Amino acid sequence: MYDPSIIAASIINGLMTGSVYSLVALGLTLIYGVLHIINFAHGSLLMLCMYGVWFLYAQAGIDPYLALPLVAAGAYCLGYGLQRSVIGKTSHGRDEIILLVTLGVSIIIENIALFVFTANERVVQVPYDIDGIDLGITFLVIPQIAAFVASLAITAALWLFIARTDIGKAIRAVAKERQGARLVGVNVEHIFAVSFGIGTACLGAAACLLAPTFPISPQIGYIFVLIAFTVVVLGGMGSFVGALIGGLIIGVTESLGGLFFGESLGKLGISLIFILILLFRPTGLFGQRT
Amino acid sequence: MLEAKGITKRFGGLVAVNQADLTVSHGEIVALIGPNGAGKTTCFAMLSGFLKPDQGSINFDGGDITGLKPHAICARGMVRTFQIVKPFAHLTVRENIAVGAHAHIADRQAALEQASSIAERVGMTKLLDQQAASLTVAGRKRLELARALATGPKLLLLDEVMAGLNASEISSIVENIKAIRDSGVTILLIEHVMQAVMSLSDRAYVLNNGEMIAEGSPAEIAANPAVIEAYLGHGAAARIAAGGAHA
Amino acid sequence: MSIRSSFWPLFGVFMIAAIAAPLTISSVFWMDFLTLTLFLAVLGQGWNILGGYGGQFSFGHAVFFGTGAYLQVILQAKLGFNPWAAIPFAIFGGIVIGAFTGFLSFRYGLRGSYFALITLAFAEAFRVLATSAEAITDGGQGIYITLNQDPSRALATLQFGAGNGYYFCAVVMTVMSLLVAYWIENSRFGAQLIAIREDEDAAEAIGVNAFKVKMQAICLSGAITAFGGVFYAQKFLLMDPNIAYGPVKSVEMLVMPIIGGMGTIFGPLVGSFFLHSLGEVSKEAAHALVGDRPGLDLIVYGIALVLILALLPNGLVGLMRKLLRREASRA
Repeated sequence: MYDPSIIAASIINGLMTGSVYSLVALGLTLIYGVLHIINFAHGSLLMLCMYGVWFLYAQAGIDPYLALPLVAAGAYCLGYGLQRSVIGKTSHGRDEIILLVTLGVSIIIENIALFVFTANERVVQVPYDIDGIDLGITFLVIPQIAAFVASLAITAALWLFIARTDIGKAIRAVAKERQGARLVGVNVEHIFAVSFGIGTACLGAAACLLAPTFPISPQIGYIFVLIAFTVVVLGGMGSFVGALIGGLIIGVTESLGGLFFGESLGKLGISLIFILILLFRPTGLFGQRT
Repeated sequence: MLEAKGITKRFGGLVAVNQADLTVSHGEIVALIGPNGAGKTTCFAMLSGFLKPDQGSINFDGGDITGLKPHAICARGMVRTFQIVKPFAHLTVRENIAVGAHAHIADRQAALEQASSIAERVGMTKLLDQQAASLTVAGRKRLELARALATGPKLLLLDEVMAGLNASEISSIVENIKAIRDSGVTILLIEHVMQAVMSLSDRAYVLNNGEMIAEGSPAEIAANPAVIEAYLGHGAAARIAAGGAHA
Repeated sequence: MSIRSSFWPLFGVFMIAAIAAPLTISSVFWMDFLTLTLFLAVLGQGWNILGGYGGQFSFGHAVFFGTGAYLQVILQAKLGFNPWAAIPFAIFGGIVIGAFTGFLSFRYGLRGSYFALITLAFAEAFRVLATSAEAITDGGQGIYITLNQDPSRALATLQFGAGNGYYFCAVVMTVMSLLVAYWIENSRFGAQLIAIREDEDAAEAIGVNAFKVKMQAICLSGAITAFGGVFYAQKFLLMDPNIAYGPVKSVEMLVMPIIGGMGTIFGPLVGSFFLHSLGEVSKEAAHALVGDRPGLDLIVYGIALVLILALLPNGLVGLMRKLLRREASRA
C-alpha cells in the first residue's frame, strides 16, 4: 500500500531526528551511569536550553549552530551548579527521593519558563532552513543534516573524552565503584557535578541542533522527558552505545508510526515501547544489571 | 516434616547449590553449617520460596512446596528470618510483630495483643513502643525472631540470628531458641557461632562449595575429616590426626 | 500510639470547621477556595494510599483521575446517563484501570523509580488515546456536559451553580477519604501494605501476599482518585485530554501528600491547604507584578517540594508531630 520510497524517506527522516534523541539520551544515561539517579529534570533542562538558543538568536542574532559551544558551556555550568548545590544536597541518597527532587526541579524550571516566556510558541527561523540536499526519495534540509552530523560527532567526541582523558577515567571509576574511587583520592562530589554538567551540556548542544526545526514552548520539556527515558530504557541505563542506537530506533519508530498511524496515534508508539521495555526487558538492549 | 531432595541452584555458570538433600523432623533443632560462600543462604532462599530451585523438590508437612511463593509457604507454617535483618524501620516493635501476627489473625486489635505476648516470650516487652529503626543489632535480631514467631510457624528457619551479637546476647538468644523449640516449633538454623551450634542442635548438615559433605550429630560432625578440611584447608585433617597441636 | 488515637479529636475539629465555614464565610471566592482545596485533598489522599502507605510512587496518577472524569462526562454527554447513575461507572473505571496498570507493573516486579516511570508512560498513553479516540471523547477540543440552568434540578443533575452545593459534596468526599485512611491505619490490610512499603521481601517472608495487597491498594487508590474526577466533571462540566491525563494533575496529586506528610491520614489535607494557599498568594503576587501570567504558583509548588524533601521528609504533619513530642517530653 505504501510506496517503498515513502517508507525509506520516512526512515531516513527518522534517523535524522533520532540522532538528536541519541544526544539527549546520552546526557541522561551518563547521569544515570555515574550518579545512579534518574534525572527527571532532563526534559525541562533541554527546554530551558532551547529558550536560551532562541534568546541568543532573537536578541543577539547569533546563529544556533555558531552558538553551540556557548550554549553547551552555559548548560554545563548550569548542570554542574544544579547537582552541586541542589540535587546533591537534598537527596539523602534514597532512590525515590532523588527522583522526586529532580521532579521538583523540573516543575520549577518548566514554570519559570511559562512565567517568563508565556505559553506562546517561539520559533528559531534560520534563513537557510529550506536549502538542503535532494536524495530523490526525500529532501533533507540543512538543519536536519547538521543535526545528524553534529550529534554523531559530539557522541564520538564524548566517547573519546570518557575513554581517553584523566577526568574520563575518574568518571568511569566513580561510575563503577564510588567508595573505591573515593578511597584513591577522587573527589566524588566534583565528579558527580562534572558528569551532571556534561549531561546537561549534551542538552545544550541538542538544543542548538533542534531549535531550527522544533517550535519552542514550556510544554516540550515534558514531551522530551518521555522520549529521553524511552531511549535510555530501550538502550539500557548507563550504556553509551545503547543511547546511540536507542535514539535512532526511537526516531525511526516515531517517523514510521506517524506515517502509518497518523500524528497523534503515532506518538502512542513511544509510550507503548516504553511500557513494553519496562515490563519485559528493563535492562534494555545493552544495559548492565543495576 | 521438611524434606528437600536434590535441590540445585545455578547462577549463570556458577552452581551455588548442587543436589543437596536435607530432612528435618518434628521437634528437632537442626543446624546448617559450612564456610562462608558455601551456599547456605541460597538453600534457605530455595526452601522458603525466595528462589526457585533449578532441580529437586521440597516437601513440607506432607505437601510439595517447590516453587511456591514465600507468603504461601509462610501460610503453611514455614517462616524464615534474614541474615541481614530487615526491620520495618518506621514502625514500632509492636507494629512490626503485629504484621507477623496478621498472617493468621485478621483483627487488628487481636494482632496487636498477640504482638505483645510474643514480645514477652523473647524479652522485648520494654521495647514494644520503640521505633524499630532505633533498636540495637541485638534488638533487631530479636525483633526478626519475634516477627517470624508471631506467624505461628511449625518450622522456623533462622539465618545467622547470632551474627553480630556479644557473648551474653548469644546466651540469651540461645535460651529463647530452646524455649521456642520446647513450645513446639521445629527449628532449622544457619549459624557460624560454633558453641551455639554444638549446644543447641540435635543434628547438623555441613555444606561446602554447594555440596553437602557431611551430616550427623554435632560430635560426629566435629570429628569428620571432610568437615575439618572444608574449614581449615586441604590436608588439615591429616595434620591434626598426625598429632599437631594446632587446630 | 497516642498520635494514632488523636484521629477522632482532629476529625472532630475538621467537622466543626467544615460546618462552620459556610455559616461564617460569605465570600464566594473563599468558599470556592475551600471547595477546591478539599477536592485536591481527596485526590491527594488517593495518591497517598498507593504512594504514602504503599510506598509505590506514581508519577502518572492522572490516569485514574482522567478516567473517572471522562467516564462521568461521556456517559452523560454521549449516552444521556443521569449523573448519579454515572458515578458508579466512573469509580469502577478507576478500579479497572488500577487493576490493569497494577497487574502489569507488579506482575513484572516494577518497583521504585521504574514503577514511577511506567505510571508516567501509562498517563501519557491515555492522553494520546483520548486525543485520538474522537468518536468517544471528542478529541482534543474537549467534551462538555450540558449546563443545567434550573436550580430546582440541581440535585438531579448534580450541578450546583453558585451556592454551597459543591462545597458540601467536597466535604462529604473529604470525610470519606479521611475515614478510608483511618481504616488503613487500623486494619490488617493497612498493616500489610505499610509493611510492603518498609520492606517488601521481609513482608513476604512473614506471610504478606505482596502482589495481592498492592493490587488492592492500587484499585482502592484508583477508585478514590476517579471519584475525585467525578467531582471535577460535575463542577467544571468539561473534560479534555490534557486536563484529564496531563502532567499538571499528576504533579498536583503527588505534591500535596508529600508536603503534607506521606503515609499520614491528614497529610494530604494539610498539604492541600498549605499549597493551595501558597498558590493563591503567588497568583495574587504575580497578578500585581506582571498581570495575568500563569506559572508562579507552580514554581512555588516546585520549590516547596524540593525544600520539604530536603528538610522535612516527613512533611508538615511530621513536623507537627515532632513539635508535639518535644512539648510532651518537656511536660
